[in-house]
Amino acid sequence: MTSAAALSQTATAGGYLLVLSIALPALGILLALALGGRHVERVAGVFLPAGLAIAAAIVAETWRGGTPLFYAVGGWMPPLGIALRADGLSVVMMTISALVICAVGVFARADFFTPSRSVEARAPFVFWILLLAIYGALNIVFVAGDLFTLYVALELVSFAAVPLVCLDGRPETLQAALRYLLFALVGSVLYLVGAVLLYGAYGTLDLVLLSQQVHAERVTFVAAALMTVGLLAKTALFPLHLWLPPAHAGAPAAGSAVLSALVVKASFFIIVRLWFGVMPGIPGFAAAQLLAALGAGAIVFGSILALRQERLKLLIAYSTLAQIGYLFLMFALAFNAGTARLDSGGALTGGMLQAMSHATAKAAMFMSAGLIYAALGHDRVTGLAGIGRALPLTIVAFALSGVALMGVPPSGAYLAKELLLQAAAGTGQWWWGVVIQMGGVLTSSYVLLVLCHALMSPDAPVTLHARVPRIQEAAALALAVCSLLLALFPWERYLPVPRGTPPTPFDLDALLKTIWPILAGGVLAILMGRWGDRPATMSFGSAVAAVIAPARCAALAFGGLIERLDGVLRQWTAAGLSLLALVVIFAAAMLAGR
Amino acid sequence: MDVATIFGLCGSALVGLGLYGLITNPQPLRKILSFNLLGGGVFMLFGVVARRGAAAGLGGDPVPQALVITGIVVAFSATAIAVALLLRLYKETGNISLSPNDPEKADTHQGKP
Repeated sequence: MTSAAALSQTATAGGYLLVLSIALPALGILLALALGGRHVERVAGVFLPAGLAIAAAIVAETWRGGTPLFYAVGGWMPPLGIALRADGLSVVMMTISALVICAVGVFARADFFTPSRSVEARAPFVFWILLLAIYGALNIVFVAGDLFTLYVALELVSFAAVPLVCLDGRPETLQAALRYLLFALVGSVLYLVGAVLLYGAYGTLDLVLLSQQVHAERVTFVAAALMTVGLLAKTALFPLHLWLPPAHAGAPAAGSAVLSALVVKASFFIIVRLWFGVMPGIPGFAAAQLLAALGAGAIVFGSILALRQERLKLLIAYSTLAQIGYLFLMFALAFNAGTARLDSGGALTGGMLQAMSHATAKAAMFMSAGLIYAALGHDRVTGLAGIGRALPLTIVAFALSGVALMGVPPSGAYLAKELLLQAAAGTGQWWWGVVIQMGGVLTSSYVLLVLCHALMSPDAPVTLHARVPRIQEAAALALAVCSLLLALFPWERYLPVPRGTPPTPFDLDALLKTIWPILAGGVLAILMGRWGDRPATMSFGSAVAAVIAPARCAALAFGGLIERLDGVLRQWTAAGLSLLALVVIFAAAMLAGR
Repeated sequence: MDVATIFGLCGSALVGLGLYGLITNPQPLRKILSFNLLGGGVFMLFGVVARRGAAAGLGGDPVPQALVITGIVVAFSATAIAVALLLRLYKETGNISLSPNDPEKADTHQGKP
């Protein structure tokens, strides 16, 4: 990585940009706190675009130089000092998070607006400060160069995210926030124990120095297992997802967008840093398979539960659960059996692309769901009929982000899927190929379910409770389009893209390949979705209905079973025990891999 | 058995107690206290690592002590946020329970923060 540069100088050209990316949001928070009132919004209005400009400058700097940025804080080199580094992974994640945060900022101006000559309201004041705080903390996660800075950054992200959950102060959101905080704390303590063990064994916390020193011994395995599982709890990977659905569904729309799009990616990013950067040779085959298996479980579980939800925001929250699962498939696919190490190759790029396209698409989805809720006064999936005509732009934004998530070219998810499938074929792990395709089918099913309901003609004319500002619809739409066009960016400058890819996103083959999962998803939606008093089979006539009815019965029974299992897994004791069990299993898997 | 080992064992015991409380006890306030026990245990492990002089082979290593101080600040902030949430929840609902689905059960675990 940067060790050669690190030895010779304390900062590369442009290294100060990394400091700015952290210091500016912090400065913004202090200013906002000091000025208060209406100025909070203005401060955010200045500092969020400034953050985007810095991210753009970092992109430009790394594009020109082609090398990672490095800055040793105070001129002290690691292991004594703290280093900030931005390689390709950091740069792309910083840029995407800056984009999403700015779009959320635009969206939230209508919701968290302090009118002139009014007293300072709590919600807007807190919201803008939290948004700046999350932004700054995420930047620390992306550029931090040592395990302890990562821990502090991770906690900062959580501390900013938790109050966002309960911004409107309803009891159920307070409860969700408390659950989130307590479970996240367990996760971060596990991570901290792992970091201490590594420091005890190798005498450094710096990621690069550590990566040169770690070797396969018992303490490393235990530390790796503790850190991985702790971070999984914060990422809400199945079966450690007890806090995610109520927290993400209960927050105000702008908050949900940030939480779902970015906050869970922070801990995911650290797992990637650990497994690919610090200890690619440590986890081994079994642990990588286990991690991907949890991901596969999340895909199936989250998607089916999403289909069964009554409320749109909960549906989207469960969809996040499923999409998080998708991110973890790359760990198995990146494993190189020859060297017994994780390769930073196409699979890694696929996973990161999936993270980025999910970030943009899911933020857009939560924004449109928020607009639908505001307009209708409810967000029951079965009560959406007619909303397509009432709020066409909002539904277009929802549809585009859904299409982007399904992996229709040229969306980022499409390129991610291609890269992951290629890696699955290349490493001979066909079973993950099956899971990836199944994930596409399941994603299509719940997106189609919502769109069908939204496009139905209503029984009674839809009355809108509130006007929806154009600027909010535009923010959602912009993010959805961004996700849909993500494959067109020249990623090979920043991420390892294997030669021969990507296949051009516009040829007929690619389109045909994406059509069948959508059709299969439609069938699944008919079988398992909630249709209210309008059975999906209504329009088919009795002959088809006779075939579908028993199949739907069976599918519903299966869905009910999954729902009951989810109820058990989301109990605190069950989740806590699975947390401990996973630590033991991961450590055992890494040991057995020797 | 040297001092470091005794400290290590005490730290491990605290971690165990904290984890047990966090997982089994349904009351949020006790969960918060358990988290603090757990954190205390981890900080003691830091102390053991410092005592062993991991980095330089010296009698004591200052780096883990610096980390412990930061860690204590983080744990303190976490506790403060959790208690604030808990107080607010009590003010809104009159009981403190983490399970939204079963109000009957929640009543039996009612406690005053």
